Amino acid sequence: MGGMDDSPAVEVHRLSRAYGATWALRGIDLNLRRGQTLVLLGPNGAGKTTLLKVIATLLSPTGGGGKVLGYDLTREQEAIRSRIGVLGHSTYLYGDLTARENLRFVAAMRGRPCTDGTLAEVLERMDLGACADQRVRTFSSGMKRRLALARLLLDQPALLLLDEPYTNLDQRTMKLFNGFLQEFRQRGGTAIIATHHLSGGFAVADRVAMLKGGRLVFEEARGEMSLQELHEHYTLHVEGEGA
Amino acid sequence: MTAGWVRSLLGILTLVALAAGLYLGLVWAPPDSYQGQVQRIMYLHVPAAWVAYLAFFVVFCCSILYIWRGRPAFDQVAYASAEVGVIFTALTILAGSIWGKPTWGVWWTWDARLTTTAVLLLIYIGYLMLRSFVEDRARGARYAAVLGIVGFLDIPLIHKSVEWWRTLHQPASVMRPGGSTVAAPMLLALLVSVAAFTLLYLYLLSQRVHLERLEAEILERNREG
Amino acid sequence: MSLLQRAWTVLWKDLRIEGRNREGLNTLLFFSAILLFMFHFSLGPDRARIGAAAGGLLWLGFILMGLFAMARTFQVEREEECLEGLRLLPGDPGAIYLGKVMWATVLLSAAELVTFLLFGFLFSVDLWGNLGGLLAVAVLATVGIAAIGVLFAAMAAQLRAREAMLPLLLFPLLIPVLLAAVQLTQGSLHGESLRAGSHWIRLLAVFDAIFLVVGFLTFTFILEE
Repeated sequence: MGGMDDSPAVEVHRLSRAYGATWALRGIDLNLRRGQTLVLLGPNGAGKTTLLKVIATLLSPTGGGGKVLGYDLTREQEAIRSRIGVLGHSTYLYGDLTARENLRFVAAMRGRPCTDGTLAEVLERMDLGACADQRVRTFSSGMKRRLALARLLLDQPALLLLDEPYTNLDQRTMKLFNGFLQEFRQRGGTAIIATHHLSGGFAVADRVAMLKGGRLVFEEARGEMSLQELHEHYTLHVEGEGA
Repeated sequence: MTAGWVRSLLGILTLVALAAGLYLGLVWAPPDSYQGQVQRIMYLHVPAAWVAYLAFFVVFCCSILYIWRGRPAFDQVAYASAEVGVIFTALTILAGSIWGKPTWGVWWTWDARLTTTAVLLLIYIGYLMLRSFVEDRARGARYAAVLGIVGFLDIPLIHKSVEWWRTLHQPASVMRPGGSTVAAPMLLALLVSVAAFTLLYLYLLSQRVHLERLEAEILERNREG
Repeated sequence: MSLLQRAWTVLWKDLRIEGRNREGLNTLLFFSAILLFMFHFSLGPDRARIGAAAGGLLWLGFILMGLFAMARTFQVEREEECLEGLRLLPGDPGAIYLGKVMWATVLLSAAELVTFLLFGFLFSVDLWGNLGGLLAVAVLATVGIAAIGVLFAAMAAQLRAREAMLPLLLFPLLIPVLLAAVQLTQGSLHGESLRAGSHWIRLLAVFDAIFLVVGFLTFTFILEE
């Protein structure tokens, strides 16, 4: 999982993305080393989702560019896609297929068809062993989220892009998610977590960044910062006027 | 291509060529021995048809270039060419109809060439509608480029299929809007008309592309602010 | 994993889903039954009239059914943003195109087969001798409909609000398919061998080949944002 070289996991320069007449992202400069977790804070509409989508190669930049895991954003998209994992608002699951079939489909499409044993194992780890052969349509949102996590366990990405992972999680799923993230970070994976939950993101952050109106208004290592200080920074840069 | 002086020069050349073409076609060339004066509409119909297909060929080439290279200029030319092309296509059909009524007694024949031109008109309209319906300009450009490629490659197939279909339902007739043989002075007038219409096309195209560029610039400026 | 294997995986996924909820096939079969009743009511019981119009009617119906089938290929990707999930997959998106074309062909061809059988039953036409030929022509034409239809269905899927556009764009482009399929089907229904229509078959084959290639090459571009 992931290369062992020293190139940054994500480096973007003057990244911009427009939607018709407005800018969703303006002049974003970001440099994230491998193995670090960046927490992206900001209110709704600040551009967090857009930034994640651009890094995931789902959206092409209107201006600027960069590299993800050493591969160019606009020219080497396939290489990027085979190394990243995305967990967002949507689960990308087919309601009429079973949990097992959904996983098998993605594994096959990613060029890594896996054995029944491996499938059973990841489903078990996400507490879905009992419903492996039920249609996803019958799943609760927590179960769907866990299935998405199981899919990530199969993919073993080097970079994880998480969009609001803390919203609407039941206890069981939250525990499994935290365990998954901890293990991922321990193995040296890089992650970018977009959230508007300061406390949730704070616990796992190596670096903290804040977006406001499509611009990056704050970006620092977490270091010795306390949660209180984080709140202060947030109030200053995002909720106050300026920038 | 859209520099002010180029457009003005094109405009002047077009005027001159059109004047020459009109004179040669409507006054100088002898009337057709069978069809009389009505046949003069050929000097309008044939060049318009030529431009209609030329414009679509330009749409085709620019669509491929846009897909391959992504430069907005290619998309601008494609869009402009489609807008100019649709006018000439409509003109072709109109002229064909006007020619047909007194000559063969019908406003419309399902002749392969005329039918294919009518289908071309439908494809053009589809192209323009697609662009206007898609709000995001870049996405509209991508979709239209695909339609431009598919549509152009389809035209010869449409023509062939209509031709074969026609021979099943009607014996091969002399109802060919191209006329039988074209005498030498008529040929000269025709060629001048074709050249004039081509210049007209280029002139309109350059004006349209210029407008597109201005619009794009305004959009950029609004965004910056 | 090769391109074809991935295309096959997409096909398998869609077959599985359809097998579970059968929305697509059921709607198409219902459509087909209604269509045949409409034939009867609009043409009356005169068997000679129906015989003369059968080819054309059937294929008009198939193209209408085809519109629905095409839309269906991407409808399944609507829930949970699965289309975005597909876009996140590494590998040539052309595999998704091929898989969807295969799926659309299978779905529409199955509906066509049932329609032929129903047609034979309701109008007392003996099809058994020619069923093989009828079906072969139907599949060949359906591949052509799918090759272009899937491209535009992918566009419509991303546009959401403008799905009504799909027929307007597709119809003119499918004229060669319609003409060829009607001639071959009509001939087949009246006992002619397919060899009599071999030029039509070649036209269909060329159409399919060209647009499968174009579709495969441009599909990536349509998915881009």
